[in-house]
Amino acid sequence: MVRLNINGKDHHIDVDPNTPLLWAIRENIGLTGTKYGCGIAQCGACTVHVDGVATRSCSYPVSAAANAKIVTIEGLAQNGILHKVQKAWIEHDVPQCGYCQSGQIMAAVELLKNKPKPTDADIDREMTNICRCGTFQQIRAAIHAAANA
Amino acid sequence: MNFVPKMNRRAFVIGTAAAGGGLALGIPFGGALAQSAVAGDLHEQLTSNELGIWVAIKPDDTVCIRVVRAEMGQGSQTGLAQLIAEELEADWSKVTTEYPTPADNVKRKRAWGNYNSSGSRAIRESHQYVREGGAAARMMLILAAANEWKVPASECTASNSTITHTASGKTTTYGKVAEAAAKLPVPEKPALKNPKDWKIAGKPLKRLDTADKVVGKMMYSIDYTMPGMLSAAIKDCPVFGGKVTSFDAAKVSGMKGVKKVVQVDDKSVAVVADTWWQAKTALKALPIVWDKGSNEKVSSASIAKWLEEGLTAETKFVGNKAGDAAAAISGAAKKVEAIYSYPYQNHACLEPMNATALYTADKCEVWTSSQNGEAAYAAAIAASGLPADKVGVHRLMLGTGFGRRTRSDYVTEAVLIAKQMPGTPIKLLKSREEDMTNGVYHPVTQCKLTGALDKDGNVTGLHMRISGQSILAYARPEAMQAGADPITFQGLNPGGAEGVFGYDIPNLLIDHSMRNPHIPPWFWRGVNNNQNAIYLESFIDEMAHAAGQDPLVFRRKMMAKFPKHLGVLNAVAERVGWDKPAPQGVFRGICQHMGYGSYVAAAAEVSVSGNKVKMHRIVAATNPGHAVNPAQIERQIAGSFVYGLSALFHGGITIKDGAVVETNFDTFGSIRMSEMPKVESIIMPSNDFWGGVGEPTIFVAAPAVLNAIFAATGKRYRTFPLKDQNLQIA
Ligand code: FES
Ligand code: FES
Repeated sequence: MVRLNINGKDHHIDVDPNTPLLWAIRENIGLTGTKYGCGIAQCGACTVHVDGVATRSCSYPVSAAANAKIVTIEGLAQNGILHKVQKAWIEHDVPQCGYCQSGQIMAAVELLKNKPKPTDADIDREMTNICRCGTFQQIRAAIHAAANA
Repeated sequence: MNFVPKMNRRAFVIGTAAAGGGLALGIPFGGALAQSAVAGDLHEQLTSNELGIWVAIKPDDTVCIRVVRAEMGQGSQTGLAQLIAEELEADWSKVTTEYPTPADNVKRKRAWGNYNSSGSRAIRESHQYVREGGAAARMMLILAAANEWKVPASECTASNSTITHTASGKTTTYGKVAEAAAKLPVPEKPALKNPKDWKIAGKPLKRLDTADKVVGKMMYSIDYTMPGMLSAAIKDCPVFGGKVTSFDAAKVSGMKGVKKVVQVDDKSVAVVADTWWQAKTALKALPIVWDKGSNEKVSSASIAKWLEEGLTAETKFVGNKAGDAAAAISGAAKKVEAIYSYPYQNHACLEPMNATALYTADKCEVWTSSQNGEAAYAAAIAASGLPADKVGVHRLMLGTGFGRRTRSDYVTEAVLIAKQMPGTPIKLLKSREEDMTNGVYHPVTQCKLTGALDKDGNVTGLHMRISGQSILAYARPEAMQAGADPITFQGLNPGGAEGVFGYDIPNLLIDHSMRNPHIPPWFWRGVNNNQNAIYLESFIDEMAHAAGQDPLVFRRKMMAKFPKHLGVLNAVAERVGWDKPAPQGVFRGICQHMGYGSYVAAAAEVSVSGNKVKMHRIVAATNPGHAVNPAQIERQIAGSFVYGLSALFHGGITIKDGAVVETNFDTFGSIRMSEMPKVESIIMPSNDFWGGVGEPTIFVAAPAVLNAIFAATGKRYRTFPLKDQNLQIA
């Protein structure tokens, strides 16, 4: 049994401790907003926050997350109010297919936590997730908007 | 090449138009279908109070617009809804969309038409009938209100989901009269609005489906789950054409969660387990013996050698011909010659291929994401062996498509596994590695171009010999024409509405020597326009430099007969400031192309330092005829540059020992934020035709940048990806 604290709620799940956190979240907990894209920490679709740090959960064993506070895309809104990054994403009509966007949003939230007014260079450096649809221009605009919100 | 739906009591043929199309499939009907309705749960709950087939209105005024073309991020769902809402005079804030399943379509004698979203066709091939659907619904609503008020319909108007009788000032809403309107006959061939009067269509509206995507609620195919569901991981023979010889299920059947090891078809094996991670882990441990077949010796080098022979071989496959190119070339004052080649590319959809299937003896249901619901439906029918009226395919959101999801192999495989475990829902998910190594690929070609210049530097002749793979020979052999593949010549055609060669060259020959390696080819965003535009637009640039002329001026001289091609080219030249010097150290390239009915051009500004290319700025123009949603078109333009330039720099699939080498995004890269050039869009609809949007600008992404790299370095790159030439994005 592994204990996972996800979005403020404790879960006890029966998984092999080497199972990637991504699959524990998706299959054992049933939260599917966190996506699988590559499984090797390349694409960022699986990004969640582990103790506040944006983490590629496909390459992070569930055992290492046992005592951590994990936040997924589903836990970003507080009391039904969207995070300012989510609001900016809607305002700027960012997603195309949307598949990468949970990961992009989780990455952007961490970026703004560390750099409340990021420059374009900061965004270039910190936003390293793949988007096959190519929504980068909208992501950049939305991050600047969220920073100024 | 137009699809001809044929229907009789026993067979129902689904066809799609050529490029990016898909399949022509005979769907055998169960005899029962003629008399009885299909079982309820194979269908979608469609809203009642239907006004024709495209619109239904709820008593609370909600406007339900039916969209059957797939939405994969390209925005067609929103665009099609805009076109219908425009004619309907609907209140856009009350618009939602709903999806009749392919089985619903069969039940209604295919009233909703083609489901396919590929070849940039979703809007350009359905605008007429969906707009008529919206207009007819509006007329029915007006008539219902007029009947209630006992006034002539001609005295009533509709706007913003409200009907007004002008003389009396009476008003009512769509929701209030919808039930009565639904009983009226559907007007045929209603008049449509002039696009210049559009208020909803043509406007940069936001997408309808964003809210769920920012909170993790959008249900993609991979997210689907149901009680009792098990998950399957699959492995195909690594060499295409190979087969499973044997596997040792006992070695893994005791592993945690494992429920069954199954042979899926002659080339693949799957492990079914409680969770997909367990299935994948067990599959990795499963000993499988393969019969790799006869292709084990094939490599990228052996393919290249074979294609090279095609550059000079005899051929009768001619795509475009004028005058006598050979004579012009032999009599040229100056001859220019170059050989280009373009590699295999992977779609690399961010959501790997997957489908969930539930099979019982008398029913088969599938939940999946497809670019063509009808093709997925046909695949499920064929794999299940059940009649059409016992099969249903439900739609889930696509985590990108790019052409890959017009092929329904993953539906077939999911059903074949589910059939071996009747009553248990099975979700089949390909790992990224399986998805990459056992997919279908942008085809491989080479091209030899020979140009003739006269003493003043005018082009007097051009021979363009393409050698290599045909998509249709593999994907739609029935669409081949006398053994030739007409879509090999995309963007190089002498005429037609799809992709016209935009230069007036008196002596021209464009031909194809077909060579089909064993790697399965498929439609990949932009299809053959990608490499055709690279070949032609790079070579036009080469000829301009050989003639000592400015590449823009050189092109213009040959384009007087092609005003729309020229229009977009001039637009990018003007915006990028072609007649003024570029900033210090920055160099420009320019190009144009036509495909999927649209005219596109681009100019790139780059600087090159060592082996690093910095793409500072792209200006891209498109004339898609009508611009249904400029905001979404702008996103398609920028996105097509990301996809096209990813392929140019980071992509390319290599073949070794008959198999695909690149297994993931570490070796098959995709452009990230820091590499993304700034893309400025010029959307310039001429409003006299309907062209596509999702693909066309990808054609000009690579050649604009390549021509700029030449301007910067004096080096002409002719083989790709550029990473193999030690050229990276800065
Ligand atoms: S799935 Fe984790 S980084 Fe791609
Ligand atoms: S929005 Fe489709 S992959 Fe990013």
